[in-house]
Amino acid sequence: MRNTFSATLYECAKADPRVYIVVADISPAGSMAKFQTEYPERFINVGVAEQVMIGIAAGLALKGCRPFAYTIATFSLYRPFEMVRNDLGYQNLPVTVVGMGAGIIYSTLGGTHHTQEDIAVAGAIPNMQILAPCDPLECTDATRYCATENNGPMYLRIGKAGEPTLTENAVEPFVFGKLRYLRRGEDVCIISYGVIMKLAQEIADHLQSTGKSVSLVSCHTIKPLDRDGIERALHTHKHVIVIEEHAPQGGVAPQTKQIAWDTAARCRLDTFTLKDEFIHNYGSYENLLASHGISRELILAKIGNP
Amino acid sequence: MSHFQTDTEISKQRCRKFRKRILEISQQVQALHIGSAYSCTEIVDCIYYCLMHKDGDGQFLDTFLMSKGHGCMIQYAILEEIGILSRQDMDMYCKAGGRLGCHPDYGNPGIAASTGALGHGLSMALGMAYAEKAQGKNSTVYCVVSDGELQEGSTWEATLMASSLKVNNLVAFVDNNDFQSLGRTSITHPSFYPVVEKYLSFGWEAIEVDGHDTQAIYAAVKSRKGDRPLMVICKTTKGKGVSFMENVPIWHYRSPNPDEYRQALAEIGANET
Repeated sequence: MRNTFSATLYECAKADPRVYIVVADISPAGSMAKFQTEYPERFINVGVAEQVMIGIAAGLALKGCRPFAYTIATFSLYRPFEMVRNDLGYQNLPVTVVGMGAGIIYSTLGGTHHTQEDIAVAGAIPNMQILAPCDPLECTDATRYCATENNGPMYLRIGKAGEPTLTENAVEPFVFGKLRYLRRGEDVCIISYGVIMKLAQEIADHLQSTGKSVSLVSCHTIKPLDRDGIERALHTHKHVIVIEEHAPQGGVAPQTKQIAWDTAARCRLDTFTLKDEFIHNYGSYENLLASHGISRELILAKIGNP
Repeated sequence: MSHFQTDTEISKQRCRKFRKRILEISQQVQALHIGSAYSCTEIVDCIYYCLMHKDGDGQFLDTFLMSKGHGCMIQYAILEEIGILSRQDMDMYCKAGGRLGCHPDYGNPGIAASTGALGHGLSMALGMAYAEKAQGKNSTVYCVVSDGELQEGSTWEATLMASSLKVNNLVAFVDNNDFQSLGRTSITHPSFYPVVEKYLSFGWEAIEVDGHDTQAIYAAVKSRKGDRPLMVICKTTKGKGVSFMENVPIWHYRSPNPDEYRQALAEIGANET
């Protein structure tokens, strides 16, 4: 995703001189080298100093620019939190805070490099919007939206590198603020977002192989959440499953439960999230997810479809 | 350049008037950082009346950002005087239906950024100055920080970065009144001083002046080399101009009672405004 992010940002920067990127000693690969070479004045590396990264981005926006602030998610959101809240949220500035390698994708780097609660943290800030694309193609759409259409503070939650393409045959295009059906069915609806969508797709494939008609939905826009779209999903499927690489609080799963209650949904609803626990074990991304109860086998067993 | 009003007596008269206006407001509400406003009165006055350029329509071409947001009463008083804020705005200060509070809010006339939490302003001023330079504008961003803000790590991130980016259109002032909520800065942090050397070592131009001497503040800015950011360390007195407020921490926040108000008016020479 970070490669398509940098390729898209470079294209946007070519078209719009207001596009800047402020990085904190971590730079996306790929086209960012071209960005830096061709527009050196619009590429600012603050070094290991995340508070001033956000402050500079705010200052740029206050003078009419459309800056991106970029580093590993925990350092772009948690370390400079008050700057994100006051400078960006309170002033409602069009700055995109990019959280790269969000969730627990940096599995072996340990809990200091995990963002298990970033959606809850960012989503609690008034004015803050949240986008979490599920694959490199959707990351392109999301990045372009941030650079060209967005007019307020945004937390763009992306993976790192090597994510598979999942949306090339999606039945719907990316539309900010709307659920995106990647495939449409009638029995089961799986809602997910971000890197863990790959697992959601595997679950969908398995259920289809057992004869179920399955919808697979990318909830790329987490704030503002498409409440009407979720209500429709809850009322037009017999079974809705939310798979989320995030803590149990403040993400899509609890909000889906709330919408189900508020709208008297009658479907079965299962949610799979990370636990409200730090992760002290190591191994692959999949190993860590499994330690919190999220894997193909564990989910299929839980929903009674092994 | 004709609007620059650097005459010493006229500057003093303006500052008396602003201190009087702040005292008047202090009788309307209890929430007022009067000591903090008085310590930077001459600094902010100098920025607006002596340093910031205007275009032919009277619009400021330069930017002023009040990083020590709790001192904003002096900014409000000046913005009222020059017609950017209205008397009604000031009458409604901190009241239901009003738009001015104890800290500056972005979106209000004349306010470049929301501040109040310490340690945010210098970074935003840096971003603003960088943007204007990158856009080819010949403008300057002026920023007033408190000495308390120099204890925030974020201020030093901005200090280092401003130098690295060679942002020479950033001019900052420390309102160095040596006070913070729980007492003297120099007692809390014995290594706080010298400040000038710290900024010089971080690659800034830096100079120390009497922060209540408009001419000295003006001269410090005008005599800079201009190839790097400038920090003017302004030695000031918290509550300057009113004997019982000077260097007394409680006047960071409280408003004077009627007797204190009358005495304060007399001491600042309100009758001479």
